[in-house]
Amino acid sequence: MMQHLPVLQVLLPLLAAPFAALLRGRDLAWGVAFITTGAAFLISIALFLEQRALGTTLVYEMGNWAAPIGIVYVIDAASALVLPVISGIGFVATLAARQLVAAEIDARDHALFYAAWLLTIAGMLGQVTTGDAFNIFVFLEISSLSAYALVAMGSGRDRRALPAAFNYLILGTVGATFYVIGLGLLYMLTGTLNLVDLAERLPQVEETRAAFTAMAFIALGLFLKMALFPLHFWLVPAYAHAPSAVTALMASTATKVSVYVLIRLIFGVFGVEFPGLADAVGLLVLTLGIAGAFVGTLAAIVETDLKKLFAQSSIAQLGYMAIGIGAMSATGLAAAFLHLFNHALMKGALFLAIGMIAAQAGRATMGTIQGAGKQIPITMTAILFGGLALIGVPLTAGFISKLYLIRALLEQDFWLLAGLTFLSSALALAYVWKIIEAAWLQPRPKGAPKLHETASQYIPAWIMVIATLGFGIYATPLVQAAFAAAHVFIPSVAGAN
Amino acid sequence: MNPFIEQLLGQWNYYLVIVLMMIGFYGVIARGNMVKKIVGLNIFQTSVFMLYISMGKVAQGTAPILTGDPTTVYSNPLPHVLILTAIVVGVSTTAVGYALIIRIHESFGTIEDDDIIAQLDDEEDVS
Amino acid sequence: MSAENLIYTLLGLPLLASALVLVFRNHPNLRDGQAVLLGILSAGAAFQLYLLPTGASLTLVELAPGLTLTFTPEPLGKLFALVAGTLWPLATLYTIGYMRGAKEANHTRFMFFYAVAIHATMGIALSGNLLTLFVFYEMLTFSTYPLVTHKGDEAALKAGRVYLGILVASSIVFLLFGVIGVWAIAGTLDFTSGGILVGKIDPFYVPALLALFAFGIGKAALMPLHRWLPAAMVAPTPVSALLHAVAVVKAGVFTVLKVGVYIFGIDFLKETGGSEWLVWVASFSILAASIVAMTKTNLKARLAYSTVSQLGYIVMGTALATPLAASGAALHIAAHGAGKITLFFCAGAIYVAHKRTDIRDMNGLGRTMPITYTAFALAALSIMGVPPLAGAWSKFMLMGGALDNGYLVVLGVLMVSSLLNLVYLGEIVVRGFFATPKRKLKGVQEAPIAMLIPLSITAFLSLALFFAVDLFIIDFGG
Repeated sequence: MMQHLPVLQVLLPLLAAPFAALLRGRDLAWGVAFITTGAAFLISIALFLEQRALGTTLVYEMGNWAAPIGIVYVIDAASALVLPVISGIGFVATLAARQLVAAEIDARDHALFYAAWLLTIAGMLGQVTTGDAFNIFVFLEISSLSAYALVAMGSGRDRRALPAAFNYLILGTVGATFYVIGLGLLYMLTGTLNLVDLAERLPQVEETRAAFTAMAFIALGLFLKMALFPLHFWLVPAYAHAPSAVTALMASTATKVSVYVLIRLIFGVFGVEFPGLADAVGLLVLTLGIAGAFVGTLAAIVETDLKKLFAQSSIAQLGYMAIGIGAMSATGLAAAFLHLFNHALMKGALFLAIGMIAAQAGRATMGTIQGAGKQIPITMTAILFGGLALIGVPLTAGFISKLYLIRALLEQDFWLLAGLTFLSSALALAYVWKIIEAAWLQPRPKGAPKLHETASQYIPAWIMVIATLGFGIYATPLVQAAFAAAHVFIPSVAGAN
Repeated sequence: MNPFIEQLLGQWNYYLVIVLMMIGFYGVIARGNMVKKIVGLNIFQTSVFMLYISMGKVAQGTAPILTGDPTTVYSNPLPHVLILTAIVVGVSTTAVGYALIIRIHESFGTIEDDDIIAQLDDEEDVS
Repeated sequence: MSAENLIYTLLGLPLLASALVLVFRNHPNLRDGQAVLLGILSAGAAFQLYLLPTGASLTLVELAPGLTLTFTPEPLGKLFALVAGTLWPLATLYTIGYMRGAKEANHTRFMFFYAVAIHATMGIALSGNLLTLFVFYEMLTFSTYPLVTHKGDEAALKAGRVYLGILVASSIVFLLFGVIGVWAIAGTLDFTSGGILVGKIDPFYVPALLALFAFGIGKAALMPLHRWLPAAMVAPTPVSALLHAVAVVKAGVFTVLKVGVYIFGIDFLKETGGSEWLVWVASFSILAASIVAMTKTNLKARLAYSTVSQLGYIVMGTALATPLAASGAALHIAAHGAGKITLFFCAGAIYVAHKRTDIRDMNGLGRTMPITYTAFALAALSIMGVPPLAGAWSKFMLMGGALDNGYLVVLGVLMVSSLLNLVYLGEIVVRGFFATPKRKLKGVQEAPIAMLIPLSITAFLSLALFFAVDLFIIDFGG
């Protein structure tokens, strides 16, 4: 049983999806999704612990065909760290989905909703687990196609979900196709698609223009999928108009998986030594990252719709991950992994809490939450903590990632960049403050609908809040895991952390 | 023969792919009509399919069906198999895309990007 | 008790007090009485800790490798803990008198956050590294916000916005960057004698890094980041007294001093000249705030600007970067604490007994409130630096430090500032004792006894501190 866990991790939600689609009644499909994501979460925890304990890479050979002929599923320090993020968020979001989906989606569509929901989770888990570059594309499309459908399901309440989903589909497909083009070139050069094999054979052809072009296509495609500035325009409407549960799931996981795939391809296949990589990708990602951090934060400051506000903030947060990648060092990658993990927690908390407000009030804007601090204190406090974590206040998870990000930059004497990175993250204070001010310092307008909260509504958000605080107060194991993940791609230098 | 022309002729399939790719990409970007966008996307994807398929071709190679004769030269089947998957993905994407277009048409009465944006802007002003 | 247990005690007593406030919310006398009692215990614990040799350390949790929440009492921190611990029970006693006398609402909430703020202050005082200090620094900001906006009216909320805005923004934008920067450069955040940056940073960056701290620590109210302090005066007077004369602002300058001494190191600052610019900024702050104070006729506003000016002394002590000046700055934390809390106690007493806040209305009040005004006069003299009162020593040491470094101008600044103090604090005393009141005042009309006791004790402390000064001079070496 244990040795089959890597494949079960993906297979379970994948197979549960059609099953859920066949069920009728709103609770049955949800029950299947709940049990499946719960099991997936347990599996990923087990895989994480096993990988940490053994310290080696767990390889699962599909149908007992050894690599490079067969397709392998690989659990190394990096994928072991990312899997629990996806499955964990998936689980908590499913917990919250019961109420959110009941409020926002037509009862007839529930079974299909949960089928797509499970598919998108399966696709994301697959991208992280697989050791085959083309397999990544397939899982990418599985998760994306179902995500387009999920976003479009927001049309029941908000018809803007439809064009948002359509644009998401167009740009997502373009991104995925770019990735496939790059992959084709790589295959032509090396004759293999296995990630490990690719990394071994690439150095023989690394001086060719085709190899460089392949890298450019792959990187560009993934920039699009991870919504790196300025390729982020699909993200905000897609997140803002999707059903609340979908926003919570995708904001915490979808772009993160693309970040992970980018790291896996750029560092795991091409490697830091690859000619032109440091300039073309490193410098570019660094620049776009910092630009995205400012653009996203500033856009968030002027935004009044809470979903859009935090979607813009996601652009900024992805910028920080990009900065970590662009630093081209083990510390930088560790910072990117840390932020990938931590940001998923805080955005999960924020969007789950906001989703509960949106599900009641139709929309969640600054007006909706004006003076809401007294009516729904527990939900608003969850938003407050999520916001503080975004700023990077100590004792929240955000602080830990910020700490290592700045350290990665200062290690390379990027003083100005460190200052800018810090400034942009501190600017997050402005939009968090706006929320604090609206919720607590202003009176509830007369005639505003009364908001209410019950335990089942705020518990999912609070699970994420507690995780955010927990990983902020005791982050040592996480930091070690993140460095282990980084060292998969950039071997540790003696004496470094 | 001029080496440039020789190269051009020797790699004509790739040039064709590039031309197709750009036509398709242009369609995706420049057209406001959503159906045309999807058509562009299809052309774009098809160019990639051809890139893969043509790279699998081995000179004088036959279809990769075992003949038992060790001297038989086969074309590389792997890219073809991969593209089979990619075609399936492409078809599903198209299907989802058209489904969305139908819903958009029901809801907005148009499938032009600009018209939809204009409608949404009006809504924002009202609300 | 061992030093470790004393740390637990000092951090735990205020928390216990805040919990008991909630438990006894329906029994006002129990609720307030236990706070005073626990305060007295904490004063005793702080004193015992002060007398113990240093060396103890207590780590709560390791956040990330090499990054801990640690408490390490050292002489400066112990002094600050002693100041806060001693003044807490007095201020609590005073609060009882004030809140009941002035008929303020929401007693329980007030007492709760008051105790939490003291907990945060203790955390700052005993912190063993910058991260711990930062965490409690922020906690202090947030726990005092409900106190500042206690009245809950429009003016209070507006002031609260300025208060929170300046303190949070400066700490998040500058201070936190400084903390992370120091960690990235030095690899540690522990407060260490002689500093942790020596040889690890290009001297070129030292002034900039110091600026992150000087302006990041908004609580030190260095101009132009002082606006929150006058704004916070909308709070009930016990808040102004304990928090905005002692805990909050002293937490600010304490942090500046601590960063100067244990992160940069006095010698390192002197060698690199990284703090020269701060001498001039502090000089400006001292003089400008004094001049503004003279224009204020609201008693609490005047005292607030006087505080801004006096805080400049302590920042100056750090910036001068000599052991003597640093010792003077540390002593001034205690001396000014005792003096300024007395002044605020008196302002509150005047308000409760006569409902007056404007200095021009206070003519002749000294004769109806002899105890209050005597205490006020004593404290004012201490702030001016007149012997035999505590303020004299600290000012004297600061001047010595300035001379050591050849800053003759600073000597002038300190003297002019004393003169300005004389003018704007003296005016209140003179009006109280010698001017004729507009309306006739009958007999002696003092504030409640619960207010008179604390203000007499703190006035006495200003006097006692002058004679027991040996106990409170911290030797920073050199």
